[in-house]
Amino acid sequence: MRQQIEGSQAVARTVAACRPQVICAYPISPQTHIVETLSRLVQSGALTGCEYLNVDSEFAAMSAAIGASAAGARTYTATASQGLLYMVEAVYNASGLGLPIVMTVANRAIGAPINIWNDHSDAMSQRDSGWIQLYAEDNQHAADLHVQAYRLAEEVSLPVMVCMDGFILTHAVEEVEVPDAEQVDAFLPPYDPRQVLDPDEPVSIGAMVGPEAFLEVRYLAHLRQMQALATIPRIAADFAAVTGRHRDGLVSRYRMEDADLVVVALGSVLGTLKDTVDSLRDEGLPVGVLGITSFRPFPLAAVGEALAHTSRVLVLEKSLAVGIGGAVSSNVRTALAARPVPTTTVIAGLGGRPILRSSLDTVIRGTLAGEVPDLFFLDLKTDLVEREVARMRAARRSGPAAENILRDVAGVGDPHAVGRPR
Amino acid sequence: MNERVRFYQTGSFAVRNRLLPVVDASVQSDPGRSNAITSGHRACQGCGEALGARYALDAAMRAADGRVVAVNATGCLEVFSTPYPETSWQIPWLHSLFGNAPAVASGVAAALRVRGREDIRVVAQAGDGGTVDIGMGPLSGMFERNDDVLFICYDNEAYMNTGVQRSGATPPGARTMTTQAVGPHPGAPFGQGKDLPRIAMAHEIPYVATATVADLRDLEAKVTTAMALRGARYLHVLVPCPLGWGTPGHDTIRVARLATESGLFPVFEAHHGEITTVTPIRRRVPVTDYLRVQKRYAHLFGDPPATAEIARIQEQADRTIRRYGITEVTV
Repeated sequence: MRQQIEGSQAVARTVAACRPQVICAYPISPQTHIVETLSRLVQSGALTGCEYLNVDSEFAAMSAAIGASAAGARTYTATASQGLLYMVEAVYNASGLGLPIVMTVANRAIGAPINIWNDHSDAMSQRDSGWIQLYAEDNQHAADLHVQAYRLAEEVSLPVMVCMDGFILTHAVEEVEVPDAEQVDAFLPPYDPRQVLDPDEPVSIGAMVGPEAFLEVRYLAHLRQMQALATIPRIAADFAAVTGRHRDGLVSRYRMEDADLVVVALGSVLGTLKDTVDSLRDEGLPVGVLGITSFRPFPLAAVGEALAHTSRVLVLEKSLAVGIGGAVSSNVRTALAARPVPTTTVIAGLGGRPILRSSLDTVIRGTLAGEVPDLFFLDLKTDLVEREVARMRAARRSGPAAENILRDVAGVGDPHAVGRPR
Repeated sequence: MNERVRFYQTGSFAVRNRLLPVVDASVQSDPGRSNAITSGHRACQGCGEALGARYALDAAMRAADGRVVAVNATGCLEVFSTPYPETSWQIPWLHSLFGNAPAVASGVAAALRVRGREDIRVVAQAGDGGTVDIGMGPLSGMFERNDDVLFICYDNEAYMNTGVQRSGATPPGARTMTTQAVGPHPGAPFGQGKDLPRIAMAHEIPYVATATVADLRDLEAKVTTAMALRGARYLHVLVPCPLGWGTPGHDTIRVARLATESGLFPVFEAHHGEITTVTPIRRRVPVTDYLRVQKRYAHLFGDPPATAEIARIQEQADRTIRRYGITEVTV
């Protein structure tokens, strides 16, 4: 049934339709509405056969998920930002053990400075964690990806992170057809674990592995992700057969025909990009958009093929790889290794900074004209940066940078004062 | 794995008091007992933890009719038991991380509950580091949710697996590699450290008990009691470490007994936060009897001896005896 529904609730109801047996919940904005809704569904009896654990931290959430999954239960958790970082040790452990946990990451910035708004810093920090990472473009996509995530995770025995932009998607009310239990049942078979803690067939899981076999175990993790490159499109096609909703599982192409410049991006910003490109196309500018849904495994071949005829690439990134620029760009450049083309990295939307159509329009035109540097920070307020740099140059004890900049933004305090009164 | 194991001492008087009726005999003396941790592991000679874990898990196996899942924190027990391709575990066993065994066990218990397999019981185990330090948050969470897990801490009072560093369970005055026997205040500082059994009791969970490897029959009995209950249960077992304590391997039992007889380690049970039994001391000894046999305290007995520090440790023992109302057995 199509309905106007908040993204978090759409995801929660979709997850419920997947019949998770153990849900590990710990609050953190902006994913809280998801676990709140699931709590209500379990407590009211709408979702049966499910244990809902209110745990004491994200580290405990992922750890409990590990235990539940290893004991043969379909398992779900959700987190964001600091929460994802707090559970990192267990995140790597879950993938190392090959446990098919599904986790929603409601993408949010990482502090310091503390910031609750959207960007991709959290999920990007886990790109090498061994988890499959799928990025949702809109709330329908987010809901649908969760069903596919369970099928994928259980088929390849790897955990899957479904990344959806915090607030922009989680808190947005839009039209979504929430997959119902019948559709999900037709698509998602019951969980049949590859390994399980069973007194009738006792196994040891989690033994120490030394130099004699560690490489091989790690290689196997890579191999399974490479296999997932073929599994993801097949699952997307199967899902389309059940629901009638088809999206390419790995990448999405928009107005790529004869595009001289392709903008590559992940997540909800694709919508704004498509609108921007539409108006540029109306003017006859040859611009297209390539969305990456599967960031891990990274679809090198699909990206390389999609960009085979373009002469310039702009990668729009919602996270900053400090010290080099962009993580997505590095991956896109690898996909272009056989036919390198100029690639511009544009860092945008950090900490919830709105990515405006007008800004995108300007940077795309500038890139077409060859006027944008290889690494560009969209809508960077250079005057604020320069003032803080000047303060740091003027005095050793220039004080906390974030707070100085906030004072400048608010226009309070003496802009010429440096340091603190002694 | 399905090979029938013969235990050469079982059924004999070597592992049980011949005056006891067979029903009261130790689980270890039973020829039909499980063999949760089989021989061949890489624990040091005289390892208190290996001994305690074997008695505890076989007792749990008997109580659960062979249906036990074990979750293990990183540490000595995890490392010495699984030098793959060999494993000592004849029961399903899961090791995830150092600090998360309680939460992993909660997850296992939740999965078993939802799958209608509550006949399978969950035992989680860790050393003192994995319990009182790095695993404390998840452990407290598991306690307050009253998850159906028996958590056993094998307390050897320091990080032994990494080469003897101080933990929150290291007693004052003890030498470790991070509280060395140098300077004006050698060894671990006074006035620090955690008493986890009392912290566990503050959660008012169904069962908290302490035991030592000096009284293995008592350890088995407490595991049996714990297994008869549901919800969060905590067992804190003192397991001397010959390497870290600087004691001969053949003295493990003796040192553990001196820990209780000096009053430093109270042996008791508590139900829902209320102490229900306290094991009396058979023959009370001064703490020096306990300290002197361990090289980790050797700096207290130099020339001149550290009388003030020894007196403080004696005060601690006296206080513990008063707190628990430990009585002496009069024969």
